[in-house]
Amino acid sequence: MSPRTRRLIPWISTIGSIIVLVIIWKLVIAVFDVSPFVLPQPEKVVGGVRDLVQENGFWTDVRITLTETLVGFGIAIVLGIGLGTLLGRVQWLEQAMRPVIVASQVVPKVALIPLFIIWFGFGITSKIIIVAMIAFFPMLLNTILGVRSVDEGQKDVMKSLNASRWQTFRRLEYPSTLPYILAGMEVAIIFAVIGAIVGEYLGGDQGLGYQIVTSLNNLEAERLFAVIFCLTLFGFILYLAVVALKRFLIPWHASAIDNTTAST
Amino acid sequence: MDRQETADVRHRSSAASAGVLEDDPAGAPNGTVASTPEADSVVRSDVSGALPEGEAEIELRGVSKLFTSRHRETLALTDINLGIRKEEFVTLVGQSGCGKTTMLRILAGLIKPTSGEVRIKDRSLWRGNTRDESALRQLGLVFQDANLFPWYTVEDNIGLPLALRKVDKKQRRQRAHELGELVGLTGFEKALPRELSGGMRQRVAIARALSYDPEILLMDEPFGALDAMTRDKMNMELQRIAQTTKATVVLVTHSIAEAVFLADRVVLLSARPGRLRSITEIPAKRPRQLEVTAEPGFQDRVVNLRHQLIEDEERVARHGGVSE
Repeated sequence: MSPRTRRLIPWISTIGSIIVLVIIWKLVIAVFDVSPFVLPQPEKVVGGVRDLVQENGFWTDVRITLTETLVGFGIAIVLGIGLGTLLGRVQWLEQAMRPVIVASQVVPKVALIPLFIIWFGFGITSKIIIVAMIAFFPMLLNTILGVRSVDEGQKDVMKSLNASRWQTFRRLEYPSTLPYILAGMEVAIIFAVIGAIVGEYLGGDQGLGYQIVTSLNNLEAERLFAVIFCLTLFGFILYLAVVALKRFLIPWHASAIDNTTAST
Repeated sequence: MDRQETADVRHRSSAASAGVLEDDPAGAPNGTVASTPEADSVVRSDVSGALPEGEAEIELRGVSKLFTSRHRETLALTDINLGIRKEEFVTLVGQSGCGKTTMLRILAGLIKPTSGEVRIKDRSLWRGNTRDESALRQLGLVFQDANLFPWYTVEDNIGLPLALRKVDKKQRRQRAHELGELVGLTGFEKALPRELSGGMRQRVAIARALSYDPEILLMDEPFGALDAMTRDKMNMELQRIAQTTKATVVLVTHSIAEAVFLADRVVLLSARPGRLRSITEIPAKRPRQLEVTAEPGFQDRVVNLRHQLIEDEERVARHGGVSE
């Protein structure tokens, strides 16, 4: 198979799977005679998306959800990398913190959302905090792992060359930790989107997550599907942005080489 | 100790002048036996590799290393006296656990000896807990793994030591190119390590070690991970590189044939605790071709060293080491 054909495969399979999905969708409606309130026709959903996008305030909702996601994600990155680097380096501190980390990981964080809403209000702040909290753990754990995984042999190279602390960080520790951090970011961005949406529909009056609630309350299945579609696209674009960042920052790394993103 | 082929290094010059391998390595003069029965508390080396004052470029003086972990203490090396001349090629062999890698890492300044002194070009390598910068600059190090930095191109990997020493980019490129030529990497300057074979990576590692023109090259089983054919080829290359750069080379290997082929002197270490067992002169002239390995003098030395190694292994198996 030529490389060019190979590059096309993800696109072909993507289009193919969409077609298959639509066919099954229509079949289910036809065979089981599903009510349009439960499952609207695919073309109605397309129309729903068109209407949704033209709605007053749709783009404001997008902007709010985006702000919550990105600000929370940013906080998670800074705290996760900072604390992760510290814990990765200082063994006893990590041991001391381990019970706390495990406990806070095990707590179903979604269950804490109502609490945050009580504490920080219905506005954007509570969602940012929720997003930061949910996205924080993959960042923290991956950074710890990355800091610990710096190769001993490569460290010996730097040591034998009498490299300074800063040189060792810049030329060895930083680049070898980056793949782990970026892998953490790939997970964290998805978590961040989930955090923002769940936060919005559990307590809020703005954002795409809130629009799910209003659609549901009005029994507007078409619009509900349209919001879900937009949210999927929203998450997908953010995820692609992280993947692009990865390819930019670590083009040398195996994870940045193969052409996997077009198919996801 | 019936086997006493251990050559005193002081007689080396006469042996080396023969130019080719004599047939009988046992004809080499008896070595100075350093072990003194009265010093029971300390296990002594069987031979002293010390050179006369001022002859050695690298010197280990009474070096020992005790590793202390929570459960046990391990005497990795004891009573090592060894001098290595300028431009000499010395190989270290011994069964696994004999401390040959430890010895190399001590030479490289990666491990501080528990007692004794390491001298590089008449400067002590350690001053308190810091290493002497100018002594370190004389050392180029090659490990069993190439330990390249995957985020750098071949060129940048070779130039890494220079970058750490603030050499500007243009000069680094220039030097990387020269060294690329020397080690056979021309055309691969912009490649990433993952695009190279194991042998090629090891070439990069050698070039990197040579980048700042060290006078001493320390190699820890540099070709241990390579297949036999690549290994033979790399040994030939290494010989050529050592001759071109006039570097003093200390190489650790577990292959006796490789050790004899490459070395001016083969240093055999005994295990538990690691100490000098014998030093064998290999007086064949250079450059050596692979054919030299078929010569009886070469074969005899290999067999002889193997015997010593086996004896040592059996002794360890019987007594579990002397010091314990």
